[in-house]
Amino acid sequence: MSETIDLAHAPGPRKLQIWRGDLTSGELVEYELETEPGMVVLDAVLEIQRSQAPDLAVRWNCKAAKCGSCSAEVNGRPRLMCKTRLDHLPADQPITVEPMRAFPLIRDLVTDVSWNYRVNKQITPFTPRENLKPGVEVNAKGEFLIDQTDTDRMSEFRKCIECFMCQDVCHVLRDHRLHDRYYGPRFMMRMASLDMHPLDGVDRLDQIADEGGIGLCNITKCCTEVCPEGIHITDNAIIPMKERVVDQRHDPVLKLLHRTPNKGRIKPPPRSETPRL
Amino acid sequence: MSDGGIEHHDYDVLVLGSGGSGLRAAIAAAEAGARTGLVCKSLLGKAHTVMAEGGLAASLGNVAPEDNWATHFQDTMFGGKYLNNWRMAELHAKEAPDRARELEHWGAVFDRTPQRTMSQRAFGGHTYKRLVHIGDRTGLEMIRTLHDKTVHSDVEVFMETTITRLIKDGERVVGCFGYRRQTGELIAFAAKALVLATGGSGRIYKITSNSQDCTGDGYALAFEAGAQLVDMEFVQFHPTGMVYPPGVAGLLVTEAVRGEGGILRNKDGERFMERYDPKRMELSTRDVVARSIYTEVKEGRGTPHGGAYLDVSHLDPDYVKRKLPSMYDQFLELAGVDITKEPMQVGPTCHYFMGGVKVDPDTGATRVPGLFATGEASGGMNGANRLGGNSLGDILVFGRRAGEGAAATANASGAVSLPAEAVADARAEIEGFLHGSGTENPFHMHRELQKIMGDGVGIFRDEEGLTEAIGKLEELDARVANLRAPSDRLDYNPGLQLCREVRNMLTVSHMIARAALLREESRGAHSRLDHTGYSDYWGEHNIIVEGTGAHDMSLTPTPVVKRDELEELVEARKEAEKAS
Amino acid sequence: MPMTTVADPPRPLGSTMRRDRWWIQPVMIVVALTLFGIYAVIRVIINKDYAITAGGAHLESPFFSPDLPGILSFHTSLPWAFLVLWSPLGLRSSCYYYRKSYYRSFFLAPPSCAVAGAARRKYTGETKFPLVLNNLHRIFFYFAAIVIGFLWYDAIRGLFYHGSFGIGIGNLIMFVNVICLSAFTFGCNSWRHIIGGKLNCFSCSTAAQKRHSAWQKVSILNRSHMQWAWISMFTVWFTDVYIWLVSAGVFSDPHHVF
Ligand SMILES: Cc1cc2nc3c(=O)[nH]c(=O)nc-3n(C[C@H](O)[C@H](O)[C@H](O)COP(=O)(O)OP(=O)(O)OC[C@H]3O[C@@H](n4cnc5c(N)ncnc54)[C@H](O)[C@@H]3O)c2cc1C
Ligand code: SF4
Ligand code: SF4
Ligand code: FES
Repeated sequence: MSETIDLAHAPGPRKLQIWRGDLTSGELVEYELETEPGMVVLDAVLEIQRSQAPDLAVRWNCKAAKCGSCSAEVNGRPRLMCKTRLDHLPADQPITVEPMRAFPLIRDLVTDVSWNYRVNKQITPFTPRENLKPGVEVNAKGEFLIDQTDTDRMSEFRKCIECFMCQDVCHVLRDHRLHDRYYGPRFMMRMASLDMHPLDGVDRLDQIADEGGIGLCNITKCCTEVCPEGIHITDNAIIPMKERVVDQRHDPVLKLLHRTPNKGRIKPPPRSETPRL
Repeated sequence: MSDGGIEHHDYDVLVLGSGGSGLRAAIAAAEAGARTGLVCKSLLGKAHTVMAEGGLAASLGNVAPEDNWATHFQDTMFGGKYLNNWRMAELHAKEAPDRARELEHWGAVFDRTPQRTMSQRAFGGHTYKRLVHIGDRTGLEMIRTLHDKTVHSDVEVFMETTITRLIKDGERVVGCFGYRRQTGELIAFAAKALVLATGGSGRIYKITSNSQDCTGDGYALAFEAGAQLVDMEFVQFHPTGMVYPPGVAGLLVTEAVRGEGGILRNKDGERFMERYDPKRMELSTRDVVARSIYTEVKEGRGTPHGGAYLDVSHLDPDYVKRKLPSMYDQFLELAGVDITKEPMQVGPTCHYFMGGVKVDPDTGATRVPGLFATGEASGGMNGANRLGGNSLGDILVFGRRAGEGAAATANASGAVSLPAEAVADARAEIEGFLHGSGTENPFHMHRELQKIMGDGVGIFRDEEGLTEAIGKLEELDARVANLRAPSDRLDYNPGLQLCREVRNMLTVSHMIARAALLREESRGAHSRLDHTGYSDYWGEHNIIVEGTGAHDMSLTPTPVVKRDELEELVEARKEAEKAS
Repeated sequence: MPMTTVADPPRPLGSTMRRDRWWIQPVMIVVALTLFGIYAVIRVIINKDYAITAGGAHLESPFFSPDLPGILSFHTSLPWAFLVLWSPLGLRSSCYYYRKSYYRSFFLAPPSCAVAGAARRKYTGETKFPLVLNNLHRIFFYFAAIVIGFLWYDAIRGLFYHGSFGIGIGNLIMFVNVICLSAFTFGCNSWRHIIGGKLNCFSCSTAAQKRHSAWQKVSILNRSHMQWAWISMFTVWFTDVYIWLVSAGVFSDPHHVF
């Protein structure tokens, strides 16, 4: 029962060090509060906001790990604040709570994630192939005919709640600041889910390789490590897309045989804009 | 364009809200050729709709070929205890299948039948297996699909922008006013037509499944602009929310848990639903199950944390993990409970507002020219009680209709402009929250409000409790003018945000409490301890709320809006019910 | 200790707010891979004692398989095994898992998650020579699959002592090794792509359905690709050491011939 857990982690006072500041300056500020059993980091931050720091900026919405608003770095690791229990963090030290680093800071724990939306805008949306086969791919009522095996593969990626923590932890963006050359794991995965849609009619490989910059990913898997939805971003989306790009441009055997992937799909017009941070 | 420090924008159609209904409305308006803007308090893709789990009700007949719109219509009417707007229930039942297919064409991916069509699952109150779904995250799938569609339509999106006022020119709504949350910059929109898609108001209760967005802004804004609201007394309490630990109290435990065979027990191990609804047991309608759990707890048979046990540990653990993945995670992560081994503790949680702005079913138009409403912000479709799955259909069907209705109005209208005094007034309100002389702390007042509503206007109501609650709400009325944000900074100021929200919530609370006091019967989600049965009179009447402010709020019973051609279907259902 | 956040890196290499000992893993990987690499090169250069032949046995070290001098009947004292070694080494060094581990541990890009790497706008990932060659991983896979064939042949041949069936510790080691190597090789991400992952539709033909179920099986192996990578590296080393010691006469291989 839940009671046993509470005894093991008896609530009591805890210290939090929360990043306060903006782009120009800032520091970790320490707060102390009484905790309740089962409290998550977001509860603590909101309690501090209510009682000690009314101007503390924090973004949240669902408080149910479903909307992906409350991403922050807790004890140095990207986490959803609403899904991280205080009693799962070491009690002997203060808990640090900082904003994501891959995006410009607005204030305190809130960052400007609008770059992600600009990237998304560059990705050609799902476009059903023309001439879908009646009775095989689409029925008389206009409903798609798709097998569960195909939806299973796509739906893993569609679990994404756009918390952007994978983007935050990806060193291509975080350390190298290549926001203008790499779309980041979240959008590699978005493109993978479109490319793996059996009825999609767009050939996205050029975009994924060129503007998307898939070659910049060195499959170091930090995105997979932090994903709160447990999506195997690297293994199931990025590596398969890298392999598809190999099919298209690197594989000497396929070249010899004149085999190209994504036959019957049309190339989208080249993108006009480079999303910049 | 900027004017006196106020950023200014002009649109044909402006949609407030980026939930399913707002996005669908914006897409429709843009497709109809209107220059369309979309404003939301949160980031795009994070609106409350994202939390919906179970599915979208549409009579596709993929799993049950005998299903059709008429049965769906009848189920909706029966669920709503015949207080629904008939036309809305009809349109919803007829159009939901097209809206579901359309989502697929826009890239949504739903679970399949062996015949490779969209699969459908059973839910309380639906005669057939009807809910299109994907795992237990259907809302996310919808939001992401609509979000991507919107991003690639000609819709301009203003994220993290809060609207605090609708602006009228004479009788007509011509725009709105608010501020950008990130910077505190003021912003004004002129729009030939404005669609409210602002969702519900769950945050007036402490225990709620709703997200932070849900503060009833649309209800209050529409009311202040002169629109009518309907059915506000009907607040759906979902029977199963988490009760423990305190931080997550209210978090939804999806109905699918019971659908998959979960059993409810009290602290003595008794399967108490046998006493309340022996026929349908755990799968009785939401109002009945919620009241049953509440009664068990009240009579001292609750669990240590004040709920009931909901148990799936008799099911195969792998099955539970496959069918209810996010429930398994949620309890393991947040409560330290492995639901495949131990029972959950659950209790009722505020979930959905059946009531809302009264609209024309076909176009979403309110009685105020230029103002439209849709989704949970509008009322009428669900009557006294909503069936699970009907909201996701509702927001698509009526989102599209409102978007088209607004575009038609905009296309037929000349240019509009914002009267300067109204803008100045709206600006003064925000500046008052920041720099005024008020002393009331919005965080504290929000808590007080939640307590009043929880104590007096909860699941069970009676005259004494309601009157007392209204009295206390009136005390808050006097203080609400004194609200001031504890900090006067402009950028991302949570206190500023809450000031206006608390005002909105207070207005909404008044509507609920007063309508609940007026409706002297128990029906659907509204249960009066002092009037336990159905009343013939109230069975034929909706309560309309209107006025010019919280101090002058008038409530008028009005006959239910029927339709002759549907009479037969409704009568048939009533007969069938009597027979069983 | 708290450093200025966010404004804009670069921040010093290795800076992080993580509390755990994140550096243990990269250090261990550097040590293990370096030792193995050195061992492999030295072993091939030493170029002797790589087969147990005493008592009609025929147990070949995996470093020296296929036995080119034997098959092509030539004799050399040069380290000929480099002629075969490139293929499994190529497979491993272009393997998606090993790439991850050496990019992290050797290139420090990044050293560990949420730990600052050497920030450089000129980072090019796998887009430029030589790292772009990692895209030819599948070619190494083809050759490595052939080598796996030889190793199975070796393992089975090892069961025959002067033509009669026998079994001993050496045989068991050979089989364990080839099983682990197969599990590693056929859990390869490129193979997973080729066998079925490249399909846009898993259900659209019977052939596609068959490939889908093959893909699912490869996916199971692929999920523990990292584990198999380490296990098989260890078994290769261990098998070689065992054979080396026995063939150098340190001890003899206990076995029974039927
Ligand atoms: C946990 C949970 C599970 C559910 N499961 C189901 C289900 O399975 N099936 C089903 O049919 N229904 C379900 N529902 C109900 C359903 O999700 C909601 O009723 C529906 O999503 C409401 O959508 P909406 O578009 O009307 O509003 P919302 O999604 O609530 O969106 C409101 C929008 O308005 C914006 N907004 C509000 N005020 C302002 C303002 N002042 N200025 C600017 N913008 C503003 C917000 O930012 C937000 O974008 C569930 C609800 C919950 C809580
Ligand atoms: S695996 Fe690729 S996308 Fe993911 S964090 Fe590493 S470099 Fe970035
Ligand atoms: S893939 Fe995972 S980590 Fe990345 S945005 Fe989506 S949910 Fe977040
Ligand atoms: S608040 Fe929605 S994910 Fe945390």
